[in-house]
Amino acid sequence: MADLSIDFCGIKSPNPFWLASAPPANSGPQIMRAFDAGWGGAVWKTLGDPVTNVTSRFWANDYGNMRMMGLNNIELITDRPLEVNLKEMYEVKKRYPKHTIIASLMVETRENWKEIIKRAEDTGADGLELNFGCPHGMCERGMGSAVGQEPKVLEEITRWAMEYAKTPVIIKLTPNTGDINEPGEAAAKGGAPAISLINTVKSLLGVDLDRFVPNPRVGNQSTNGGYCGPAVKPIALFMMSQLAKNPQTKHMAISGIGGISNWRDAAEFISLGATSVQVCTAVMHYGYRIVEDMIEGLSDYLDSKGMKSVNELRGKAIGAYAEWGDLDLNYNLKARINPDSCIGCNLCHVACMDGAHQCILIPGRTHEEHVKAGHTHIPENIPMVPVKAAGAVGRHLPVIDDVECVGCNLCHLVCPVPGTIEMVEVPGTIGHAETWNDRVAQGRDINPGSMESTLKKRGLTS
Amino acid sequence: MHPLPVLPDGRLEQRFSESKPAYSAAEAVTEANRCLYCVDAPCIKACPTSIDIPNFIHKISTGNTTGAARTILKENILGASCARVCPVEVLCAGACVYNAWGREPIAIGRLQRFATEETLENRTMASLMPAKKPPTGKKIALIGAGPASIAAAGLLALEGHQAVIFERKSIPGGLNSLGIAPYKQSGNQALEEMQWVMGLGDVQLMTEVSVVAGQAGMGEVSAEALLKDFDAVFLGMGLGADSKLKAPGEDGEGVYGAVELIEKIKSDPKMTLEGVKRALVIGGGNTAIDIAHELKLLGVADVAMVYRRGVESMSGYVHELAYARKHGVRLIENRVVAEFERDGGKLLGVKLARAENGKAMTGHEEHVACELVALAIGQATATTIAKGFTGVELDKHGNITVDPKTQRTGNKKVWSGGDCVNGGKEVVNAVQEAKIAVRDMLISLGAK
Repeated sequence: MADLSIDFCGIKSPNPFWLASAPPANSGPQIMRAFDAGWGGAVWKTLGDPVTNVTSRFWANDYGNMRMMGLNNIELITDRPLEVNLKEMYEVKKRYPKHTIIASLMVETRENWKEIIKRAEDTGADGLELNFGCPHGMCERGMGSAVGQEPKVLEEITRWAMEYAKTPVIIKLTPNTGDINEPGEAAAKGGAPAISLINTVKSLLGVDLDRFVPNPRVGNQSTNGGYCGPAVKPIALFMMSQLAKNPQTKHMAISGIGGISNWRDAAEFISLGATSVQVCTAVMHYGYRIVEDMIEGLSDYLDSKGMKSVNELRGKAIGAYAEWGDLDLNYNLKARINPDSCIGCNLCHVACMDGAHQCILIPGRTHEEHVKAGHTHIPENIPMVPVKAAGAVGRHLPVIDDVECVGCNLCHLVCPVPGTIEMVEVPGTIGHAETWNDRVAQGRDINPGSMESTLKKRGLTS
Repeated sequence: MHPLPVLPDGRLEQRFSESKPAYSAAEAVTEANRCLYCVDAPCIKACPTSIDIPNFIHKISTGNTTGAARTILKENILGASCARVCPVEVLCAGACVYNAWGREPIAIGRLQRFATEETLENRTMASLMPAKKPPTGKKIALIGAGPASIAAAGLLALEGHQAVIFERKSIPGGLNSLGIAPYKQSGNQALEEMQWVMGLGDVQLMTEVSVVAGQAGMGEVSAEALLKDFDAVFLGMGLGADSKLKAPGEDGEGVYGAVELIEKIKSDPKMTLEGVKRALVIGGGNTAIDIAHELKLLGVADVAMVYRRGVESMSGYVHELAYARKHGVRLIENRVVAEFERDGGKLLGVKLARAENGKAMTGHEEHVACELVALAIGQATATTIAKGFTGVELDKHGNITVDPKTQRTGNKKVWSGGDCVNGGKEVVNAVQEAKIAVRDMLISLGAK
């Protein structure tokens, strides 16, 4: 069994799975139940001057049969009295000394920060997370993402916190910014040893088309909220890995957040530089119990890769995250359809016809029918291979025209039967590895058909 | 550890294809993603062994197939067999909340099969179970190598005890290897699973050894000796021979007990159905449906079940009967066999009498020609062996009496489970009874 314990800038945790500062970490009794289920840590629902919340607060983005692919909320920070939260925090830490408790904080003035940091640390909390991310309600009061979007302010408050704090300070970043490097670098300049990201993405979830009011509805109005859940994972992975690569920020420990629902998601975040991961939406959907699969799945995965500890996984994919200009232009793929598992739906055909390169043909059609369907290159030989799947009577395997296939993956992505369309590597057309940056360096970065003005600028003629 | 026997080629069983074939990974993940991951789930409550079904299905959906197998085996050490042979339609899948919504229930059996088979192909059972405890030096004898004893033996081995299984036949597995309809599970699949359990170590199998009530002869061991030499005894010998009608002409070629015939189909390469064009199956339970369905799938042109009451009174599962009828099995209701008709030794057919409320009426007899009759009207109970263990009591049906909370018999050293207690239920019931028995045995053995 691989060792899942982590050291997050000095904070020891039995595993990398932490509850994010959110409704699942609203109270001591909840967090204790989560620890009993197996969670390694919890970032307490953000403390500050208690707020008044509205009803309702959440709305979800469903996609097909998938409920809550994305979740939006307009809930603010804790609405419980500070002393109640602090007392519970103290009790939880006392009863679960090996588990990680992080106090999430969001206040306004320097005096506020000084006071709340002292009081939070007095509970025995292992660290502090400064919430510079919340994109609704609090930012209008000059807090949350209002700080995260102003690198100078972020840096200054970070300095205050570093001055007052005895425990590690984690800066929680908002994705609602043009370049995540700016707030990330500001956190580093302010001296923070750790960052967490992403907080929620500013969003408007949809509209009630009978009332003409966006959702979630509060009477006859709504407001923009923060978007999270599986839908935001790619945004989170991108932003987090930007900072894991950035020479000015990569020394900071990272707690990855954003759509993490299972061990695979967690492993992906860790491979791109996260030391711990934080989870909210998946728990709001299915409960604390999901952590059993996360622990077991991650542990078995590490075992299968011969890794003795989760620390061996950390950052393993960062090196392969390159700039576009460094990608190999010679690398070449073609789609291959497996006749044993194809069920004959032809979704690959329509996706390729209308969304890609018109290279998947339906066999059995006449030349004229292929032309009418939109193919411009029609191969000589279009074999009729029956689909073998039981029940797919009379269906035939769509045919890939290698001449037209650019290896884009689209057919592989739309195919409903996983593993049926594989992308296989074939020899490249250049014959040797070559990147766009190589061409730029050699002055060969002009392709046929370029604009007159571009050619003129480079002193070339068409 | 000696490898278990593998059934030879050339058996009729090998002609069957599976009614619920194994899922590919893609199929399994797609089906798993359909599961709602219910809480306090009805499927768990409907499972006699209380497998945490939503949890294992969730694990399949995340690609954690190994974890799914652990979740299954934790509650049901014979989870691979149960995945194939459980009547999920009336258990877990029958309880699925999707039924209440008019949607197809989750294919729980097939998902369980995927998780267990995929995992156990590459990993030992020991690597999926809690770590084995250090040896205790305690020895437990288990009578009969059916699912109850195999499950109990595996669980005892994990606790550091030594389990010795005594089996009178040469092929172990009981009804799990020799009695399951071949389109659900082959004999070799059952034996492979038994091999996995034996791989836990400390499970010893003695085949072709009969346990007897009195003095032991060659190839026998006496109940008394077992009580003396072992720290505990588990009775898991199942049921006995097929019951007979005691109708004239019954004895002779062409007339089989259903359990006996299924065993021949599954294990005997010499068994043939040559010349059998018409077959009658007598009975209305699941064994009757199974053998009728098997004969039909083996190519017998006309297979009819003869039942003494109406279809509504049949004890066989509705879904199994529907499936058999779909393949052409006929049902003759309200008829009983009055007589077997023979020419010399050769079976010509039976004389059927019309029945009312299950009782034959005189004067309404008809001749039905057939070349084979299978009797599926119940099995004898294994009373003689049980009686060899002092203090073990039987109920009026001949089933062993136990305290259902402990599966303990009237002898404080003897526990029992499976068909010899419940009168003939599913593999999953045998496993649960074995679990309960082992739990109580551990308390008892530990207290010594």
